[in-house]
Amino acid sequence: MNEIEPVDKTRMNESYTLGPLQAGPPCCDPEPLIRVDNLTLHYRKKPALENVSLDIYKGCITALIGPSGCGKTSFLSVLNRMTDMIPDCRVSGKVHFNGKDLRDPALNVQGLRRDIGMIFQKPVPFPLSIRRNIELPLREHGISKQAELNDITQLVLQDVGLWDEVKGRLESSALALSGGQQQRLCIARALALKPKVLLMDEPCSALDPISSGVVEDLIQRLRGKYTVVIVTHNLAQARRIANYAGFFWIKDQRAGCLIEFGQCKQIFEAPVHELTAAYVSGSRG
Amino acid sequence: MTKNVLATGLIWLMAALVSGVFVWLLSDILIHGLPQLSWAFLAEAPENSGRSGGIGPIIVSTLLILLVAMVTAAPLGLATAVLLSEFTRYDSIFGRLVRRSLDVLAGVPSIVFGLFGNAFFCIYLGLGFSILSGGLTLACMVLPILIRTAEEGLQAAPNDYRLAAAALGMPRSAALVHLLLPSAAPALLAGLMLGVGRAMAETAALIFTSGYVDRLPNSLLDSGRALSVHIYDLSMNVAGGDANAYSSALVLILLLFIINTIAMSLAKQWLYRRVVSI
Repeated sequence: MNEIEPVDKTRMNESYTLGPLQAGPPCCDPEPLIRVDNLTLHYRKKPALENVSLDIYKGCITALIGPSGCGKTSFLSVLNRMTDMIPDCRVSGKVHFNGKDLRDPALNVQGLRRDIGMIFQKPVPFPLSIRRNIELPLREHGISKQAELNDITQLVLQDVGLWDEVKGRLESSALALSGGQQQRLCIARALALKPKVLLMDEPCSALDPISSGVVEDLIQRLRGKYTVVIVTHNLAQARRIANYAGFFWIKDQRAGCLIEFGQCKQIFEAPVHELTAAYVSGSRG
Repeated sequence: MTKNVLATGLIWLMAALVSGVFVWLLSDILIHGLPQLSWAFLAEAPENSGRSGGIGPIIVSTLLILLVAMVTAAPLGLATAVLLSEFTRYDSIFGRLVRRSLDVLAGVPSIVFGLFGNAFFCIYLGLGFSILSGGLTLACMVLPILIRTAEEGLQAAPNDYRLAAAALGMPRSAALVHLLLPSAAPALLAGLMLGVGRAMAETAALIFTSGYVDRLPNSLLDSGRALSVHIYDLSMNVAGGDANAYSSALVLILLLFIINTIAMSLAKQWLYRRVVSI
């Protein structure tokens, strides 16, 4: 099931050095799982994203970087159709997930969101017990045998390294957990649904440095088993964990667009575009 | 410095005035009402137009009217609030129209509701002067309060829950039942209590709909006299009924207090059971 091998420190530290620039990264499949082609997104009449095309590779961590307001979060919400919940939001272009058209109006959106989970900037534990936090979505997806629920709960909590911290108080409120624990619980809750992809919208930015480090390690360990797309403002973090990186920028004070996409090492060490170079070196943005 | 003292004094004075009025009112009712209050008074039927005897049947009628009103209004009100807050856009024409209508309805004088109830429930639907007519009229009256408070409670529920639930592929109904309604529960309860208070206090609307008869009702289609109507009748139409009017008023206040307390503790227990400790 969702077992993740123990943290391999050597691999973790080298994870962003991906070998020669041209070749696929060694630790994940260069096979595109999500293909985005010419994506444009409008809020009311205002464009928020224009002509974004990129591939998300299976089993890799893809980091999206760029200044605030350049459409990174909007891009994420297209991938699990959270844009459906925003009135007056119009999406055009092609998005394919596993070969299926993700924008198909007839698509089972609840099933899609089970396959493509999302973690928010602010941890959102439900005001329920720790156990119920994980069980509630599972029950909604038709898993109701208590033994099975218990197994999954223990497994995902072990995966996120929370089991030893909370196993004695599964029935107490999730709101009593610390910020970092809450975020790991949210990740566990998403993992319980066995997603293929996890979208993370600045998952560490509301946490203190220690908790942030713990969550970051966890994200590293998701690599290979899950495909991760992470929005982050922390360039060092992107550099540490990502295989691929996409740099977004606001063009002409108008809409966000993708300036450059490539292997993380290339984006940070040999950026092609001058805006990217300025941003990653810290002289702009 | 002196300005501060003056301002502080003024604010204290205002607060004291407001609480003073309440204490005065309550003590007046207690002083005049408490001597007649006894178990017999609560159980016996009124005699001599209420000058003597008790208010047993009247308490029963009051509770029945209240029950009819709340059983009708609470589900309708909750459903409308859910529709308004979760399934229509806040700025849609439909939403605005419904909200505006509710605000106007909430301000309509109760005597108008009484006339409407009389025309519609008593005459048109043929329910006559009955507890059912009275209860349904009160339901119309408290609906706007129930809907608006419930809707505001739901709107105040963190939007994060909606997003997080949706991102986990949970249907909206599940988010509503498991997350939004529980977090709006205190507001729902407050609305319900406001509604109960308004319904218990209502006189004008009931005179026209549930009538005056002070016998114990045999069914919901019997006429029944509510406490507020009884108080009004004793103090305005019955010479020498003042003492019992006071006692009835005291009973009315006690009833409100008891219902409030029970509802609060039930809600607290229920919330507590959902999340063991916050």
